Amino acid sequence: MSERKFKQVGTRPIRHDGLEKVTGRANFGADYSLPGMLQGAVLRSPHAHAKIVSIDTSPALEVEGVKAVISGRDFPIPTREGDRQQYGDVPDLANNVIARDKVLYHGHAVAAVAATTIEAAQRGAEKIRVEYEVLPPVLDIESAIAPDAAILHDDLVCQGPAPVPSSPTNVARRTLLSGGDIEQGFADSDVVVEREFTTPMVHQGYIEPHATVVETLENGNVTIWCCTQGPFAVRGLTASVTGIELSKIKVIPSEIGGGFGGKTTIYLEPLAVELSRRSGRPVKLVMSREEVFRATGPTSAGRVRVKMGARKDGRLVAAEVVMYYEAGAFPGSPVGAGCMCALSAYCFDHFVIDGYDVVTTKPRVAAYRAPGAPIAAFGVEQVVDEVAERLGLDPIELRLLNAVQENDVAPYGPKYQAIGFRETLEEARKHPNYSATLGPNQGRGVASGFWFNAGLQSSASVHMNEDGTAIVTTGNPDIGGSRAAQAIMVAEELGIGAEQVVPLVGDTESAGYTDLTGGSRTAYATGMAIIEASQDIVRQLRERAAKIWGVELDGVAWEDGRAVPSNGAASDVEPLNLAEIAAQMGATGGPIVAQAAVSPPMAGPGFATHLCDVEVDQETGKVTVLRYTTVQDAGKAVHPSYVEGQMQGGAAQGIGWALNEEYIFDENGVVENPGFLDYRMPVASDLPMIDTVIVEVANPLHPYGVRGVGETPIVPPLACVANAVAAATGKRFTDLPISPPRVLAAIDGD
Amino acid sequence: MQSIPYQAPASVSEAVALLGSDAEARVLAGGTDLLVQVRGGVRKPSAWIDVKRIPDLLGVSVEGDSIRIGAATPAAVIFEHPELQRLVPGVAEATDLIGSTQIQGRATLGGNLCNASPAADTTPALIAVGAQCIVAGSGGEREIAVEAFATGPGQTALAQGELLVAVRIPKPAARTADAYLRLIPRTEMDIAVVGAGVALTLGDDGTCTQARVAIGAVAPTALLLEEAAAALVGSRVDDDALARVAAAATAAARPIDDKRGTIAYRRKVVGVLAKRAAAIAANRAQER
Amino acid sequence: MARMHVETTINGESAEFLCQPGESLLDALRNELNLTGTKEGCNTGDCGACSVMLDGRLVPSCMVLAPEVEGRSVGTIEGVAQGDELHPLQQKFLEHAALQCGICTPGFIVAAKALLEKNPDPTEEEARYWLAGNLCRCTGYDKIIRAVLDTAAEMNGTNGAATNGAAG
Ligand SMILES: Cc1cc2nc3c(=O)[nH]c(=O)nc-3n(C[C@H](O)[C@H](O)[C@H](O)COP(=O)(O)OP(=O)(O)OC[C@H]3O[C@@H](n4cnc5c(N)ncnc54)[C@H](O)[C@@H]3O)c2cc1C
Ligand code: FES
Ligand code: FES
Repeated sequence: MSERKFKQVGTRPIRHDGLEKVTGRANFGADYSLPGMLQGAVLRSPHAHAKIVSIDTSPALEVEGVKAVISGRDFPIPTREGDRQQYGDVPDLANNVIARDKVLYHGHAVAAVAATTIEAAQRGAEKIRVEYEVLPPVLDIESAIAPDAAILHDDLVCQGPAPVPSSPTNVARRTLLSGGDIEQGFADSDVVVEREFTTPMVHQGYIEPHATVVETLENGNVTIWCCTQGPFAVRGLTASVTGIELSKIKVIPSEIGGGFGGKTTIYLEPLAVELSRRSGRPVKLVMSREEVFRATGPTSAGRVRVKMGARKDGRLVAAEVVMYYEAGAFPGSPVGAGCMCALSAYCFDHFVIDGYDVVTTKPRVAAYRAPGAPIAAFGVEQVVDEVAERLGLDPIELRLLNAVQENDVAPYGPKYQAIGFRETLEEARKHPNYSATLGPNQGRGVASGFWFNAGLQSSASVHMNEDGTAIVTTGNPDIGGSRAAQAIMVAEELGIGAEQVVPLVGDTESAGYTDLTGGSRTAYATGMAIIEASQDIVRQLRERAAKIWGVELDGVAWEDGRAVPSNGAASDVEPLNLAEIAAQMGATGGPIVAQAAVSPPMAGPGFATHLCDVEVDQETGKVTVLRYTTVQDAGKAVHPSYVEGQMQGGAAQGIGWALNEEYIFDENGVVENPGFLDYRMPVASDLPMIDTVIVEVANPLHPYGVRGVGETPIVPPLACVANAVAAATGKRFTDLPISPPRVLAAIDGD
Repeated sequence: MQSIPYQAPASVSEAVALLGSDAEARVLAGGTDLLVQVRGGVRKPSAWIDVKRIPDLLGVSVEGDSIRIGAATPAAVIFEHPELQRLVPGVAEATDLIGSTQIQGRATLGGNLCNASPAADTTPALIAVGAQCIVAGSGGEREIAVEAFATGPGQTALAQGELLVAVRIPKPAARTADAYLRLIPRTEMDIAVVGAGVALTLGDDGTCTQARVAIGAVAPTALLLEEAAAALVGSRVDDDALARVAAAATAAARPIDDKRGTIAYRRKVVGVLAKRAAAIAANRAQER
Repeated sequence: MARMHVETTINGESAEFLCQPGESLLDALRNELNLTGTKEGCNTGDCGACSVMLDGRLVPSCMVLAPEVEGRSVGTIEGVAQGDELHPLQQKFLEHAALQCGICTPGFIVAAKALLEKNPDPTEEEARYWLAGNLCRCTGYDKIIRAVLDTAAEMNGTNGAATNGAAG
C-alpha cells in the first residue's frame, strides 16, 4: 500500500465549493427563507439554577403578530426507553433543548415564540410569565463535589468503579484505567514531579451562530434546514425529542460556518418544529452571538493532578493522573476521552488514570475538537517538560526515549499499529525553528499530543455521468474542504482529474446513513466508503469494456482512466477511455452507479509535536507568540493544503485557549463575557505564520494510509505555550489562561 | 429597536432643537457604542438623531493655533490626516487603537467622549494635549475641558439637549510632543485594561518644562495627574523621573476588579504605561 | 411603525428598499435585498463577517442603520467579482486554500480589497493589523494572510515571496 504511486492524492486542486464561498453565493444556516416564514425567539432562564414553578405563555399570544408559543410542557416527557442513544442520553438532551421542571444554567431555554417579525417574537417572549423557585448555583468542581452541595439532578446515580459517591450526587461517572503497581513505580523513580492544573470553560467559537428553518406539512412531514455537522444526528435527535417518527423528518444541511464539535447536537431544531407545527407556517430560528455563548458549546473546565516519576536515565516509570471535568448542566463531560488520551503518548509500566464527570449549573458541554484531550495534555505535557528539566534532558530527547511505537499498548487497551509519533518528534528536532536564536525574555516550548480518532458509520455513492465525469454523494457536511478530498479519492480510483468529479453533500433522504463530520473521521471513514464505491465503479467500467470488446473481465485492466487489454487478452483493440465507456452505458447494461458502506471499529491514532517561541513583557506580563510550528502524522495527506489548514486552525484555537480565552462567570452563574470582544479569541495580528510539517506514516487500516487530522492539532498547544512561557520566565503556569495579570503576578512573586 | 424613528438633521440648530424637544432621543454618531447598548437592552432611546449629515460636525481642520476635529468624524478619517498625525501623534495613535479597521470607519471622536467609558482610548490622549470640547445647546456654544467632560461612567457634563460639536486641540508649542499607550491582552479588538497619555515640552537643554499626564481605565473617569506631571517638569526625563511618574500614576489609580483586569494589575501597569508614554513623548519632543 | 423608503447605490447600481428605521444595514441587505453574501457573526461589531464598503470606507454593516445609506454608495461581496471574472483576491483565496468553512470569507475579501486599494503593497504586519477585525476560527489566519500578500504581489507584478510580506 505504501508503495502505491498516487496521481491525485497529495495534489492541491481548488475546492469544488470554493467559487460559491468566495463570491457570497454559498448558503449557510441563516441564509434560507421560505414564503410565509415566521421568525422565532427563545425565552431563556435568568437564573443559573431554579425550579420552574409555573409558566404562563398566554400573554405572548396577545402580542400582535405572534402565531405560536411553546414551553417545555409542550414536548413529550422524555424517556430513556427505546430511544436512539448513540448521541447521548435523550432525556438530558431534551431537557437541555427546553427546560421542563428545572433550569440548570443561565440562558437555558424555557419557552419559544414564533411571530411575523423578529421584534414581535421578542416582545411575545418578554410577555411570558415564568415563576421560579431560585436554587443555589453550583459553579465549580469544589462546590459541586462538596458534601453539602446543592444537587442538580435528584435521580443522578454515579456510574463507574467503586469507590464512587452514593446518590444523590453531582458526580455522574468515574472512569478508571490502571496498570502495573503505581506505588512501586514511584518508589523506583529517581525524580517525581507532581502538580495540579486547572483550565476554564472555553467555547468552540465558530463564527456562524446556530440557525434553522423548519417547514411542516399537513401530513406531518417535517423538513429541517440547518447548519450541522451531522444531519442524521439532527434527524434522530429531533425525532426523539419531538416524538415525531424519524421517517417523517428530512434534514437538509446548509453550508456550515464552523462547528469544531459544537454543531454535533441540537438546540433550536425541536423548538422550530413545534412552533411550525402549531402555526402551520415555516419558522426560522437564529441564535444571537450572546445566545451561542450562553447556551451552546462549550467544553469543560477541568482540574487535573499529575504525578509522574522517572529514572535518572530519562525513562518514565510511573504516572498518576486524577481529572475532574465539568460537564455543565447534564452528565457527559469528555473526561472519558481525556482519560484515554492522558498518557497514551508514552510508555509507563505503572499508571493510574482516574477521571470524574461532574455536573455544575453552567451550559451543557458539547464536543470541542479532540474533546477532553487538551485539558489532560495541558497537565501531562507540562509535567513531562519539568521531568526533562529536572533530569537536564532536552525535552524532545526525553519524549523520544519514552514515545510509544508500533506494538506498544495504550493505557485504554489497544495495541498500536504503525504510528508516526517518533517521526513527529524527530522532524520537530530537525526543524530550523527548534534551533532559532532566542533573545532576552524569550522562551521555547515543546509539547506533543495524541488523539485516537473515530471510525463510526459512513456510506457513499458514486455515479457516472454520460460524459465520463462522476458524482459522489455523502452525508457529511463540508466543514473545511472535505468535498475536495472526496473528489480526489474518486479521481484517484477512476484515473481522472479531481475537477471531473462533482462532490455532493446529500440530505438525509438522498444520502445513505452517515455519522457526523467530526472525530476526524470524514476523510478516513467516509473516504473508505468512497474508495470502495469508486473501485466498484472501476469494476463496472471494466465489465462494460469487456462487453464491448467481447472478452472476459480479467482481460480488461484499468489504467489512467482507460480500459486497456490486460496481459494475454487480444491486444489489437484500442483502449477505451472513461468518456467512451460512459457514452455507451445505455447499450452495455444501463447506468453505472455504486455505493458502499463502512463501519470501521478503529481509526488509527494521530500524533503531533508542536514548538512555540514566546516573548514575555516583564513589566506587563503580556505574552507574544513569535514562532509556532506544528508537526503531525497525517498518515497520508489527501489534500495537503486542507491538512495544513487543520493543523494551523487547531494550533490557533489552542493558543487562544492557552493565553486569553475563558468563560468568566459572576457569583450567580451569569457569563460576564458572552461576546467576541471580551471572550478574546485570537485575531490575525495576535499570531505569527504557523509552520506545518506533515509526516506520513501510513495508517494500515486505510487503503491510502489516511489518518484523521482535524483534532490532534488542538491537543499540544495549551502545554506548548505554557512550556514556552515557563522557559521565558522561569515560572510554571498551572492555571489557564496565561493572561497578562497572571503572568505579571508570577514574575513579581505576588 | 427596529421601530425607533430615525432622523438626520442637517444643522447643529436643527439637531439641538430635536434633542431639546425629546429627552429620550439619542444622538447617533458611529453607533458602535449605542447600537450595541440598545441591542443589549441597556438603553431604549425614543429616537435616533443621526448627526453625521451636519457639516459642522465633520472633518479635521488646522486653523490658526488649533486643530479642530468635528465630533462626528470617524477615527479612520482622523488618523489619516497627515498634519494631525504630525502635530499630535498621541491623539492619532489613540484613534488608531479604537476597535478594528471596520470600527474605525464608524466610531467617532464625539461618540468616544460622549459614551464616557472610563476606558475610552481618546480621552487620556486628549486630556494630555489640553483639548477642549465645544458644546452647542439652545443657548449657544460653550467649551468644556476634556478632563471635565466625563463626570462618571456613562455620564458627561452635557446638559439635556446639548450636543458635542467638535474638539479643539491647541497646536503644540515648540519641542512639545505627545504619546498614548494602552494595555490589552490581545493586539487588537480589546477595550483598554489600562491607558496612559502624556504630552510634554522640552527646553533647549532637554529639561522638561511642561507636562500633562492622564490615565484611563483605572478610575470612574480618566484622570489628569498633577503629581506625575510634576515628576517630569524640571527633569531630563531620565530613569529616575520616569520611575517617579510610574509611582505617581500607580498611587493615583483607583481601579476596580472586573472581567477586563484586576485592581493589583491595573495599578502596576498604569505606572508602566505612564512612564513608557512619557519616554516616547520625550523622544518625539527631542526630535522636534 | 411605518417603514422607510431608502434610495441608494449598491455595487454600482441604484437600488431602493423599504426598511424599519432601526433596522441595520446588514439586515436590510440580507432580508430586504436578498444579498445574503454579507454574513452575521455577532451583530456587535466584533467579527467583521458583515464587512461592506460605505462611500468607499470599510465598515461593519451591523453597526450601520439602513436609513443611513440614503443617497450613499454601498459595496458588498456580491459586487467584488466583475461579470464572470473573479477579483484576484477571490482567485488567490481559492488557490491558497484560505478558507475552510467559508463563513468569514466574504468579510475577509471585502476588507482585504479595501486594504489593497489603500495600501497596494502591505507588509505582513500591516495586513494582519488591518484584518484584525475579521475573525476566522478555522484557519489560524496563515493562509489568509498569504493569499492577501500574494494577491498584492501579483497585482503589483512583483510576484514576491508571500510569506514574509517582502514583496515589492
Ligand atoms: C468591536 C468594538 C471595539 C471597540 N474598541 C474600542 C477601543 O479599542 N477603544 C475605545 O475607546 N472604544 C472602543 N469601542 C467603543 C466605541 O467604538 C467607541 O467608543 C467609539 O468612539 C464610539 O463612537 P460612535 O461614534 O460609534 O458612538 P455612538 O455609539 O454613535 O455614540 C456613543 C454615545 O455618545 C452619544 N453621542 C455621540 N456623538 C455625540 C455628540 N456629538 N453629541 C452628544 N452625544 C453624542 C450617543 O448618543 C451615545 O450615547 C469599541 C466598540 C466596538 C463595537
Ligand atoms: S456581524 Fe457585524 S461585526 Fe460581526
Ligand atoms: S474559514 Fe471558518 S471562520 Fe474562517
